[in-house]
Amino acid sequence: MTPVLYLAQRATAVVLAFAVTIHLVTIIYAVRGGLTAGEILARTHGNRWFLGFYLVFVLAAAIHAPIGLRSVLREWAKWRTRSLDLAMLAFSALLLVLGLRAALAVYLA
Amino acid sequence: MNVHARAEKIGSHQPDAMTVKVWRGDRVGEFQTFEVPRRENQTVLDVVTEIQRNQDATLSYRFACRVGMCGSCAMVVNGRPRWTCRTRIDQLEAGPIKLEPLRNLPIVKDLAVDMAPFFDKWRSAHGYFEPGESPPEDFAIVAPDSAERQAADAGIECINCGICYSACDVVSWNEDYLGPAALNRAWTLVNDVRDRGRDERLAAVSGDAGCHSCHSHMSCTEFCPKALSPTFSIAGLKRATSARAWKRRR
Repeated sequence: MTPVLYLAQRATAVVLAFAVTIHLVTIIYAVRGGLTAGEILARTHGNRWFLGFYLVFVLAAAIHAPIGLRSVLREWAKWRTRSLDLAMLAFSALLLVLGLRAALAVYLA
Repeated sequence: MNVHARAEKIGSHQPDAMTVKVWRGDRVGEFQTFEVPRRENQTVLDVVTEIQRNQDATLSYRFACRVGMCGSCAMVVNGRPRWTCRTRIDQLEAGPIKLEPLRNLPIVKDLAVDMAPFFDKWRSAHGYFEPGESPPEDFAIVAPDSAERQAADAGIECINCGICYSACDVVSWNEDYLGPAALNRAWTLVNDVRDRGRDERLAAVSGDAGCHSCHSHMSCTEFCPKALSPTFSIAGLKRATSARAWKRRR
């Protein structure tokens, strides 16, 4: 792992610590209140705070997860060639696309 | 209680002999069982020497000083890497004693390992003083209470026994990883204000074989017989290399 990857992983870990906490607390709060899916979507629709929060969340996850997975694969699967970095870039892009698609779908619903 | 009375007391509670299982072979091999007489103040190194001198002269192992200064008698005793000269039999848990060569290094034979990869990594981490192209104009003044001096002091007593390298999980997963001892040495030199090779050294300890691969399991710190903390030295290198990368990007 290079110092740049190390810094990126640590910095996104800080973001994710807050983002995951807010995400889980919001889910639990919404479900306990007995809101239906339709009522939740009515609140998220057009909400720019909601969209901004999840854009940051998805971006942090798309940076953080592939760096960690890269270390796991290097150590446990002995995958150490350049193809690993390319595969992790592809994995990062996949997380980004799927995450943004989900966030936009709820925002635009 | 006089010496004789104490010896009788100790002797009365100890069995006359102990069972010792010793690794024989190289990477491929098996444990051989020996029965060794129990003696007062006996160390694990005494036991290995007794086996080699009285029971099987073909047993290979390594030692030199016998008093915890050279570090050459390091082995894995009951699953824990230790200096055998500083491990007394009565410190060990009851039951058979299991002796293996240090982990993460090629086995030459029986309990002796090839330390070459360990010292090669010492060199790869730039674990040597760099005086620079030209001699300094004056003596360097190093205040004993300066942060650099204290950081160097904290790791300087390493005697290269290889215990931390044997205990390190990351070395076992990634044979290229420089290991705790080499990185600890690099950290002491990063804090040496006389050294002129800081930038090259920080570059050498970055990357997939370097400090950022450490998982901070702290096995090196747990097992170091000198009570050093390579984990904290590696954390220092992580900070220094990150700061270097940050400055370069700006």
